[in-house]
Amino acid sequence: MSKTIAQLLEEYEPVIGLEVHVQLATHTKIFSGSATQFGSPPNSLVDPVVMGMPGTLPVFNKAVIELALRLGIATGSQIRTKSRFARKHYFYPDQPKGYQISQYDEPLLEHGHLDLLLGGAVKRVNLTRIHLEEDAGKNTHVGAVSHVDLNRAGAPLCEVVSEPEITSAEEAAEFMRSLHRLVRWLGVSEADMEKGHLRCDANVSVKKRGAKELGVRTELKNINSFRFVQNAVDHEIARQLRLIESGERIQRETRLWDAEAGQSYTMRTKEEANDYRYFPDPDLPALVIQGDLMASVVRSMPELPIARFTRYTTAGISPDDARTLIGERALADYFEAAVTAVGDNTKARAVGNWIVNELLGRLNADGKDISSSPMPAAHIGALVKLVEAGTISGKIGKEIFDESYKTGEDPAALVEKKGVTQISDEAQLWEIVDRVVTANAKQAAEFASGKDGLFGFFVGQVMKQTQGRANPVITTELLHKRLGR
Amino acid sequence: MSSLTRKEVEEIAFLARLHLEADEVSAMQTELGAMIEHFKVIDGISCEGVEPMTHPIAIDLPLREDIVEPSMSTADALRGAPKVDGDLIVVPAIIPGAE
Amino acid sequence: MTTAFLSATEIARRVKAGEASAVRILDEMMLRIQRFDRELGSLLAIAGDEVRATAVEIERKRKANEPLGPLAGVPIVIKDNIVTKGLTTTAGSKILAGWVPPYESTVVERLRKADALIIAKANLDEFGMGSSTEKSAFKKTRNPWNTSHVPGGSSGGSAAAVAAGLAAAALGTDTGGSIRQPAAFCGTVGLKPTYGRVSRWGVIAFASSLDQVGPLTRTVADAALLTQVIAGHDPRDSTSLDQLMPPLDTVGQVKGLRIGLPKEYFADGLDADVRKHLDATIDALKQQGATIVDVSLPHTALALPAYYIIAPAEASSNLARYDGIRFGKRAEAQDLLDVYMKTRGAGFGPEVKRRIMLGTYALRSGYYDAYYKKAQQIRALIKKDFDEAWATCDVLLTPTTPHAAYRFGAKATPLDMYLGDVYTLACNLAGLPGLSVPCGLSDGGLPIGAQLLGKPLDEQTLLRVGAAIEAAVGLGDKRPTGIGGLA
Repeated sequence: MSKTIAQLLEEYEPVIGLEVHVQLATHTKIFSGSATQFGSPPNSLVDPVVMGMPGTLPVFNKAVIELALRLGIATGSQIRTKSRFARKHYFYPDQPKGYQISQYDEPLLEHGHLDLLLGGAVKRVNLTRIHLEEDAGKNTHVGAVSHVDLNRAGAPLCEVVSEPEITSAEEAAEFMRSLHRLVRWLGVSEADMEKGHLRCDANVSVKKRGAKELGVRTELKNINSFRFVQNAVDHEIARQLRLIESGERIQRETRLWDAEAGQSYTMRTKEEANDYRYFPDPDLPALVIQGDLMASVVRSMPELPIARFTRYTTAGISPDDARTLIGERALADYFEAAVTAVGDNTKARAVGNWIVNELLGRLNADGKDISSSPMPAAHIGALVKLVEAGTISGKIGKEIFDESYKTGEDPAALVEKKGVTQISDEAQLWEIVDRVVTANAKQAAEFASGKDGLFGFFVGQVMKQTQGRANPVITTELLHKRLGR
Repeated sequence: MSSLTRKEVEEIAFLARLHLEADEVSAMQTELGAMIEHFKVIDGISCEGVEPMTHPIAIDLPLREDIVEPSMSTADALRGAPKVDGDLIVVPAIIPGAE
Repeated sequence: MTTAFLSATEIARRVKAGEASAVRILDEMMLRIQRFDRELGSLLAIAGDEVRATAVEIERKRKANEPLGPLAGVPIVIKDNIVTKGLTTTAGSKILAGWVPPYESTVVERLRKADALIIAKANLDEFGMGSSTEKSAFKKTRNPWNTSHVPGGSSGGSAAAVAAGLAAAALGTDTGGSIRQPAAFCGTVGLKPTYGRVSRWGVIAFASSLDQVGPLTRTVADAALLTQVIAGHDPRDSTSLDQLMPPLDTVGQVKGLRIGLPKEYFADGLDADVRKHLDATIDALKQQGATIVDVSLPHTALALPAYYIIAPAEASSNLARYDGIRFGKRAEAQDLLDVYMKTRGAGFGPEVKRRIMLGTYALRSGYYDAYYKKAQQIRALIKKDFDEAWATCDVLLTPTTPHAAYRFGAKATPLDMYLGDVYTLACNLAGLPGLSVPCGLSDGGLPIGAQLLGKPLDEQTLLRVGAAIEAAVGLGDKRPTGIGGLA
């Protein structure tokens, strides 16, 4: 009887390295002035440079370096003050010049790291390098022919290469999510997965647990969603373990993931591997990072999501809520503005709860995001303040939230208008409690003889008398007192 | 004797995507072989610590502002293309991703 | 009287002064082209209505007293590896046959702005790879001084057309001597400016770190005039120098100038006839008060192997774009691989294939360090030789070529051909300016060129010394007589 994958994973550990291409959020291409917008008619975002026409030359886009430096600083990368572009040669119809302008032995960024959130903890994955390169065009395969659209050719990319330190498909997917969050956070990329702004290749191998030497690796290409990354890597780990189990050898090869079939197939073997003939691009002098550019990028750096995560959890927010709140910079900023509106940092947890549990649910249902929220952060803050101060009950708070979300009115004004302030005055409540118990002498007697279930009846009666405004804690206390148990 | 084998010539031609006829392969073997022999003079030169001269002039990479310039019309872009279908360039079918 | 051999400077003066008509000048040039170029073979595409419209417009501007550019009415031919919008550009290759560029090169844009008449495209060795123009895919260009001899190359069409009076001036490109060598062979002036002086935008790349555009003219003053127009910073070329071209003069004043003679350029292999004319040139400069200094450029012998590694390596990369997919000719093919193999196999000539093969060889993984990187290090040594020479001299004087123009087919092997470039290569490797200026006719009646190599950005000194040589030992009124009725 053969072993299950779970059993095999006790003997073997997966070793995964990712290469993620991130399209940078520039207006124009990396080496020419054509626009980069998605969804334009085929071959309409081209110029002589993009077409690779004879006599054309590349001119580097300044915005690319600013965005790349932001990513470099955020990942703690070493920044090469003098980096170089190299030509990587291969023939393919979507590659107009017969070579891709990339970086080879002198990349802009090296030895950085990406912090992942795994089950509430932070895991650091080291990055080998992050380099700049141009994107290729797009081939579409239609029967006996292929169609070439060069709109995407020349779009600026950062290729983020991780060390082989990822140990599961879940971690691989989390790496993508973390990178996705980070580049959006920094404004480095729109990171729209549907538009292919983040594209991932994975190098996967397995080795005996504890062994130093790595196994033979395969490269999985074309895994362009979080789910695909997880599925493809899981599938590849299982495939390799099965091969080992049946005594076969793993081939060094490149495999293509077919998401629909949930399978991968061989694209090329090691023997067919390209000799890219890299050499420094003679059309492009060395990219030198000037001190003033560096300083201005450093000044523009926001606090990073992982730093905020740590800050939030330290403030008592649950890791799950904190993770949700740092999902987007606008959301985290909204949260912090709401806390500021409360004016009391100890209420951060409550603010977080309201945003994660109430607001996001409503926004989601309405197909809105935080930036289009009908409730400004100040209103969430005001609401939390009212509830936390005991001015209104939690129940009323939810009603006020609904009203404020619908009308955009300030919760404090709504509470005033509707007169729904919570009654916490003991004397006032005692009068009501006394009246309710007196009027229901029969039930009071039954409760006294041990019918516990009737307590709720009395609470309900008090709430009815006060239109729900009675402070539930004080009400409970006074009822017990009045009922004698 | 040539310093290049026939097989090597064929491999290089494939890398460069150059179809060579049999007689061209032979000629290349001789002619490239002679050049490679000639190159041997550089083997004996010590270049220890010499920075390779990638560019004849020492300038930094100029930076272009990220401002969109008008694209070429698709018609202009594709006018010289040997085979098109509407706005698309046509090539014989390729295996997806097999670059 | 014919205007065919008027200098560009004189034509522009006359047109601006209303003493000559741009339309008449154009018409005469077009007639001469019709009459002589069948035999000379210097030109490829000839401009049509558009250039005539330009000439008419120049006339209109002159009559309206509107300002005219410094090249008003000057008929110029453009080497066919320089892109001309709307005018077929082939780089002398079948793979680009019939390509009509949808954009303009910077140099041609600048010529047009200076009111020049772009009359035709000049023949060349395919993609600039050759030293005789025999490697053109389209036609054989003859040397107008003797039609059984080559015009040199790769800017052979440019040099022949200017020498034969089929244009007042031409643009060429120089990667390892491709302006200076044909200029020497055809008895014209040829200037390769400092790398980065002239924009390469629209120049069909052969070897990007070596290529530079420059003028071929009949006088040194014309070379200065054209250089002034085409040089200057261009944001479309990232290797373009952000330097103004100072106003150039051609005062033939050499008194007190230190002229270096690199001994490696006067060694074995230099033809006695060439040597004799160089000696006369040196004497003339000495008489005019120049100081002659012996210098050594010890790494000179390494320029040839370094060049023939670097240039083909870059070429193999630059020519990867010719795949029959976006432009140019595509071969009949079964599948995609076939498209590449056959298009490139059929589209490139033997010399281009040879260089692509050589370059691919040198860039292969595992070979890069031993070849390309080593060659770039040697290049640094060669540059250092020059830097050290400038301590003792202001300019270097050498022969442009080891011998005058040779007969067609005289160079039996590619290596023989390459060896003819020994004096011109180092200049490109070091990125320096170089000027070839005629310094007499050989016993066989063929022109001989003297080469001046200058400090980076010092085109000025080259032009002044060139003017002194031109005045002392230049060709004067001698005109090529290889084709009957030419002069």
